[in-house]
Amino acid sequence: MTAAEVAQVTGTFVPFVWLIAAFPLAAFFINGLFGKRWLGHATGPIAAGAIGASALLSIGVFMDVVRGATSTTVTLYRWIGVGDFSVNVAALVDPLSSVMLLVVTIVSFLVHVYSIGYMEHDRGFYRFFTWLPLFVFAMLILVLADNYLLMFVGWEGVGLCSYLLIGFWFERPEPQYAAKKAFVMNRIGDWGFTIGMIVTFLVFGSLNFTQVFEKVEIAEQGVLGLICLAFFLGATGKSAQLPLYSWLPDAMEGPTPVSALIHAATMVTAGVYLVARSTPLFEAAGPVLIVIGAVGAATALFAATIALVQTDIKRVMAYSTVSQLGYMFLALGVGAPIAAIFHLATHAFFKALLFLGSGSVIHAMGGEQDMRKMGGLRAKMPLTYWTMLIAGGALAALPPLAGFWSKDEIVGAAFLGGFPILWAVGVFTGGLTAFYVTRALWLTFHGEPRDHHLYDHAHESPRLMTVPLIVLAVGSVLAGFIGFPPEDGFIHRFLPAALYPHGHEVHHPQLAVIAALAAASVAAGLVGIFIGLSMYARRRPDPAAVRRAAGPIHRVLVNKYYVDELLDRRFVDLSKAFAGAAWAFDAHIIDGIVNRIGWAFGLAGSGARRLQTGFVGNYALSIVAGVLAIIVLYGGYAAGILRR
Amino acid sequence: MTPAVPLGAFIAVSAVLFFIGCAGVLTRRNAVVILMSVELMLNAANLALVAFSRRFGSTDERGSVFVVFVFVVAAAEVAVGLAIVLSAYRTRPVVNVDEAHAMRG
Repeated sequence: MTAAEVAQVTGTFVPFVWLIAAFPLAAFFINGLFGKRWLGHATGPIAAGAIGASALLSIGVFMDVVRGATSTTVTLYRWIGVGDFSVNVAALVDPLSSVMLLVVTIVSFLVHVYSIGYMEHDRGFYRFFTWLPLFVFAMLILVLADNYLLMFVGWEGVGLCSYLLIGFWFERPEPQYAAKKAFVMNRIGDWGFTIGMIVTFLVFGSLNFTQVFEKVEIAEQGVLGLICLAFFLGATGKSAQLPLYSWLPDAMEGPTPVSALIHAATMVTAGVYLVARSTPLFEAAGPVLIVIGAVGAATALFAATIALVQTDIKRVMAYSTVSQLGYMFLALGVGAPIAAIFHLATHAFFKALLFLGSGSVIHAMGGEQDMRKMGGLRAKMPLTYWTMLIAGGALAALPPLAGFWSKDEIVGAAFLGGFPILWAVGVFTGGLTAFYVTRALWLTFHGEPRDHHLYDHAHESPRLMTVPLIVLAVGSVLAGFIGFPPEDGFIHRFLPAALYPHGHEVHHPQLAVIAALAAASVAAGLVGIFIGLSMYARRRPDPAAVRRAAGPIHRVLVNKYYVDELLDRRFVDLSKAFAGAAWAFDAHIIDGIVNRIGWAFGLAGSGARRLQTGFVGNYALSIVAGVLAIIVLYGGYAAGILRR
Repeated sequence: MTPAVPLGAFIAVSAVLFFIGCAGVLTRRNAVVILMSVELMLNAANLALVAFSRRFGSTDERGSVFVVFVFVVAAAEVAVGLAIVLSAYRTRPVVNVDEAHAMRG
């Protein structure tokens, strides 16, 4: 028996942890099988109720873990067993997964409730509430898995649901294209994940987290580096980091609640979770971490600059998500996985809120997403405005909102870890973040209405949509306090048990240093907000003039650094040509061989058909001929004329 | 004791009968005649059986018993054969087997 199997089950709710995943799965089957014909709009409450039950149970599990059930494996059944190697369908319940459970189920529940209002007039209502619980189920599998292979099942499951939901409005070509793009780019990352799993298996002979981490020292650093880079490639695909980020902004073609849940709060954080889960591997791999930190910082800066000039409200949020995910990888790269998970949790709340708020605005504007046609909505939609303002403040990392605590910890960890360049990039990106969120909120809610026709029809969203906004806003304010005081908050004492099974030295930097670092990033944020307000509220300098002055730079940013065009020319065209050649080979050689064989048999058959004449005499003759042949042969052998 | 007819004579008659029957089956077109030819072949075989039984089986009459069984089977076969011919005749009033070639491939 392995250590994981022996581990005893503790806690009241932990043994029932699989129910958390079972509720969404049940909702998926019920809505998928009966939704179209019988349930109709009842599918929404069914899905939301199931996720609500999961959320309650998750809270119970979380409380159990807080009370001391720090590492429990709940095995459902043995999935693969070959010799010594075995993979179980088992849940690893520890501080890390319980935090993720909490974030995933609570945000999912709120998004489900919101979606009942948002999707009310959509013809695909039942379809929406079939895929969304399936997504939650896959995400929970990903979070709960106690081994890489089961995690990969969830990993692919969320990818599938992401594809289905981006392409939800498949009547239009853009969502189809975006869905395909997301799927293909994720495949590249999945390839990395697979390579990582294969090497892990070859080196450690196991895919179970606990077993692999126990034996981490048997691997050479080079091999560990390979494993970590492969897993990181997987993470860049799922979490939209350079160079595999460009699917995420296009994913905004899906319904807004999907963007909020999958492409902001949960699925895209799977890469962060994967790396955080593998912390013992990454810690042992050493130098590879620099790569992760650098990629994260580069992504954060890169995406924030694009967000500066986007005019589609959802695309601003999308690039913001890419940028914030970059922060999380920056944290992982400087050896601060706790900060990464902390930011993951707070970001889930305020980014989901920003997306749902954007959805509320889009809903009110009759589907219009262009911020240039909005303006002045503050009076019409006070609830949406105030909640989004809180979320925007959290994104801009204003104290005491949630984003401040978590992002500051990341930026501070970069500085204290001895990476001043990454720290500088983080602070500068913080300023850019504050600017673009100010710009987005101002263009949407303040100033004069720029499209009076749309403005006159705008209205506050129904209760079903605003209540989740309020709950998320409360979360966006309070979530930061799980990390308070800095470096010694609840989360800092809670998570290490899961991240560092071999123990970890905790160093507490001086409070003055933390305060100075925080002051620097808050100052950067305030400068960003100030410039944003000055440009858009008082037109000093006038945005149009800035645009003219920065001509070529602005053009490059609007075109997103021409990355899509570059990828198209370098990779997409090439692989299309290869696919065409493969198709020709398939059609002419593979199918050709099969068709020729079939044709030959057809020919032989039509020849043999002539034997069946229908004349009894012919049959009798052939019987006689056969008997004679037997007699001649047998007689020949018997008489010794013929020899064998 | 009358001089025994040699076994070869029986077998010769049997062979002649058999080939007459065989030729009948192959050449005639009337279904009833074909059935009669089949009977001829069966009886040729019966003749050979009783001849061998008499020559070799003095203590054991298995060959003769076998012939009795062949009679029974032959009777059944004729009954079935005639029934087929009759029902074929009802659908098409000919007994010429070459006219019935609907099963041609």
